[in-house]
Amino acid sequence: MNLLEKLDAAAAARKAQLPTGLSAFGIPIEEIYSPTEAKIGERRILLLGTNNYLGLSFAPECREAAHEAIDKEGTGTTGSRMANGNYSGHRALEMEFAEFYQCRSCIVFTTGYQANLGTISGLIGAGDVALIDGDSHASIYDGCILSGADIIRFRHNDMADLEKRLRRLGERSKNTLIIIEGIYSMLGDQAPLAEIVNLKNAYGSTLLLDEAHSLGVLGETGQGLAEKTKLSSEVDFITGTFSKSLCGIGGYCVSNHPQLDQLRYVSHPYIFTASPSPATIAATRVALRLLRNGSKLREQLWKNAQQLYSHLKMVGYQVGPEPGPVVATILDNPQQALALWNGLLENNIYVNLILPPAAPEGKSLVRCSVNAAHTAEQIEYVCQTFSKLYPSII
Amino acid sequence: MVEINREDILDLLCRRLASFANTEQEITPETNLITQLAIDSIKLLNLIMELEDHFDISIPLNALTDVVTVYDLANLIYRIKSDSK
Repeated sequence: MNLLEKLDAAAAARKAQLPTGLSAFGIPIEEIYSPTEAKIGERRILLLGTNNYLGLSFAPECREAAHEAIDKEGTGTTGSRMANGNYSGHRALEMEFAEFYQCRSCIVFTTGYQANLGTISGLIGAGDVALIDGDSHASIYDGCILSGADIIRFRHNDMADLEKRLRRLGERSKNTLIIIEGIYSMLGDQAPLAEIVNLKNAYGSTLLLDEAHSLGVLGETGQGLAEKTKLSSEVDFITGTFSKSLCGIGGYCVSNHPQLDQLRYVSHPYIFTASPSPATIAATRVALRLLRNGSKLREQLWKNAQQLYSHLKMVGYQVGPEPGPVVATILDNPQQALALWNGLLENNIYVNLILPPAAPEGKSLVRCSVNAAHTAEQIEYVCQTFSKLYPSII
Repeated sequence: MVEINREDILDLLCRRLASFANTEQEITPETNLITQLAIDSIKLLNLIMELEDHFDISIPLNALTDVVTVYDLANLIYRIKSDSK
């Protein structure tokens, strides 16, 4: 089979899984009206499948900052941070992130994906070990592959399995980077950070926590799981993204280890790409201020999350292990998931469809993401629609 | 600690992999794990975790890229098990 024939075979398998109708992957959004509504096809659709957790995508302060940055600094930097793309805004945002996390330093990356790729591949290399949760995001897997280190998975959130694998490593545990996430994107559950910190200390390993989905969502000031559990000083490296609660695009790594700065000189995903645009940086700086002072937004977000999670559970849907902004409905097979996804869209609700192998344990997911801008009426409408569809799906 | 040689590992793998084969198919050391057995990437990862528990080893994901046949997998397990002693 030649290269193109292999792609044809993959395309045929994909079409067999999703035979008809509007494609669940890459659905065309014609117009975006607000953090909760868009035009898909000819209809006004309620958005319940975005990562806009605090609902800040239309915040007037962020839009104004972005406009101003374009007028003053242009549309793009046209260069890497290591060359001509190192503007005062990039450096200011790094200082603001470091101050927010009360860390020594921060590196800003062009995307959240690159933040993990660049941090992981800069920290570990051939002969080292990446010990990662089995449900880790693709950016973590890809960062580990790029690093050349040995990649060992432990069962999702299973501390006995993590300890077993650390024990098996022997002395190599000291050259091991344990990688976990604050909130896992598939099931919306949180890592048991206190137990993980105990294990990493016992075995002399290093810990990287990806707060991509927990930034803005957990902790008093929205730092994430480390702040919520009061364990920030025990985590060696924290990565995150601008593309969820901060409604931009970009990523970061913060740390108290002075060695973080060395990553600027060895990390290809940092060096060999253009730096974020001035508008992105300006909007993100304002969004970070809103996030820090966003306790009311977090309160509303959690109220919405609790309402949807409790309702789905009460109706009889199998949901993730704990409530949170990511509310996953777990289905036994892709046909059920596709039927539910289609049923919701026919009722003007957009959610995410996740099929094997992307979903854990061979299951399929219909994943809802609530945000602080959803009204009580919108969440109630979603609950009633899930109830209405239940008999025809399960 | 399970003391084991390469033949024992091969024997165990052939028995364990029978559930992924059709009824008349014989599993041999040369059997291709992906093209000759009904085993997708998720099933393979679950099988690897099962084998890791059985042999009390961790198999790096990157080491699996060179594994094509049952013999390759047995050889990898044997090598990791031997190195861990």
